[in-house]
Amino acid sequence: MSVLTREEAQGLIQRVLEVYPEEARAERSQHLMVSDPATEQGSSCITSNRKSLPGVMTARGCAYAGSKGVVWGPIKDMIHLSHGPVGCGQYSRAGRRNYYVGYTGVNTFGTMNFTSDFQEKDIVFGGDKKLAKILEEVETLFPLSKGISVQSECPVGLIGDDIEAVARKGTEKIGKPVVPVRCEGFRGVSQSLGHHIANDTIRDHLLDSGLDDGFVSSPYDVAIIGDYNIGGDAWSSRILLEEMGLRVVAQWSGDGTLAEIKRTPKVKINLLHCYRSMNYISRHMEAKYGIPWMEYNFFGPTKIAASLRAIAEHFDDKIKEGAEKVIAKYQPMVEAINAKYIPRLQGKRVMLYVGGLRPRHVVGAYEDLGMEVVGTGYEFGHNDDYDRTTKELGNTTLIYDDVSEFELEQFVSRIKPDLIGAGIKEKYVYQKMGIPFRQMHSWDYSGPYHGYDGYAIFARDIDMTVNNPCWKKMKAPWKS
Amino acid sequence: MPKVMLRRDSDGLLICYVPKKDLEGKVASLEFDQPGKWGGRMVLDDGTAFHIEPLDAPPVFPAEMRASRG
Repeated sequence: MSVLTREEAQGLIQRVLEVYPEEARAERSQHLMVSDPATEQGSSCITSNRKSLPGVMTARGCAYAGSKGVVWGPIKDMIHLSHGPVGCGQYSRAGRRNYYVGYTGVNTFGTMNFTSDFQEKDIVFGGDKKLAKILEEVETLFPLSKGISVQSECPVGLIGDDIEAVARKGTEKIGKPVVPVRCEGFRGVSQSLGHHIANDTIRDHLLDSGLDDGFVSSPYDVAIIGDYNIGGDAWSSRILLEEMGLRVVAQWSGDGTLAEIKRTPKVKINLLHCYRSMNYISRHMEAKYGIPWMEYNFFGPTKIAASLRAIAEHFDDKIKEGAEKVIAKYQPMVEAINAKYIPRLQGKRVMLYVGGLRPRHVVGAYEDLGMEVVGTGYEFGHNDDYDRTTKELGNTTLIYDDVSEFELEQFVSRIKPDLIGAGIKEKYVYQKMGIPFRQMHSWDYSGPYHGYDGYAIFARDIDMTVNNPCWKKMKAPWKS
Repeated sequence: MPKVMLRRDSDGLLICYVPKKDLEGKVASLEFDQPGKWGGRMVLDDGTAFHIEPLDAPPVFPAEMRASRG
């Protein structure tokens, strides 16, 4: 066990930076820091949302990943066409585990890959004619789809295709929304810009076009925004909100439909889980429709109870009572989980490196299990994310922005955490080193982790990983 | 002339969001914040400064407005 003091942690950062050439060192030093609860503003100490250095192994994705994979992809009754060469769509197909109900290929299309499969001639002569043909083919083959989004891959932007014009004509021809999304991978520094672009296209092409289907709103209507239903997360969140008396009229975008999205401007409040990817649309709805939004956190009982109470604050006494009832109802379950798992997990130390929200959201869940987060960082967080992070953390937590594989390995080998939670690119390296690891993007093929039901699964999974005897028998192949 | 969006957070603090830069910050100081005059030089907590043409009355938040670099 090695708990770092503040000076040791600073020293560790300095030592890791030493290997870099001068310019790279100066740049990277702004992305690494040791947390200090005294500073209220994390962003004043750390630089984020900057271009990754060439040659540094970054774990970031691209704008296409942010748009197709994150925001648009889970809208289940629309077809999301990966416009460009086949790889981008195929290698990102169904990897994110956004669960949904429906008949795949008939009325829902979440796990399918639609692509225009660009060939050399499409690059030379342009792909617009092909796109127009695809739109018609899709309509013929999948008549129950509610719309099509055209997710641009890099070549579409490079050769200057006019997908907007094709989409406009396509909308007229098939009578359903065809949304051109300019999310070419080269835009921006990470997937974060893809989220923004996707939010803007939803705003322009779906939200403000309106839908009058006789929907009658109630005073308790809410929308879940930014819950992608990974392993069923949105479902285990939704039941809590419904039990306290609210009516969830839309899920964005996990298990979401086009109709739900179009109805969202009629809700009373937008409940925002993934702030990083969906704050844009929430801000737009606040400005245009006057719908307030609030962030909530359904990881771990402490944060769930706090969030339920905060949500109830926006409603009348009936809902406030409902929230208390829900908290009381699940209390015995929480106590049983804690009694079983805290003795097995107490004092274990965790390092996290995830995308844009979980590095701060899951901290409470680990603390509920008696564990301690000793390092955390975002792939693509912005300054406001770091502002929200520092208050969640203890005194000498390492914070790393867009950490490179090298830096993370160095931190891990010095801090020797009992568990690492990061993505698939890190997973096998650390498992081979014999360090317990969980893939915290897709819950390592488990889940849900949101809500009280999710907490039970979360606790089981963490125990199963941390206390697995196999890790001690592992010897890294490069150490033999 | 970037567009900025101003809103109050749950504690009643004024929050400024600049969509173009994806920048969110607390408003550290505002030159005129009286019932009869609102606007002027606005400084965020990270030091970024903007100028908002003074209005005759405080706007209803959330509000979108034009601000120039100040």
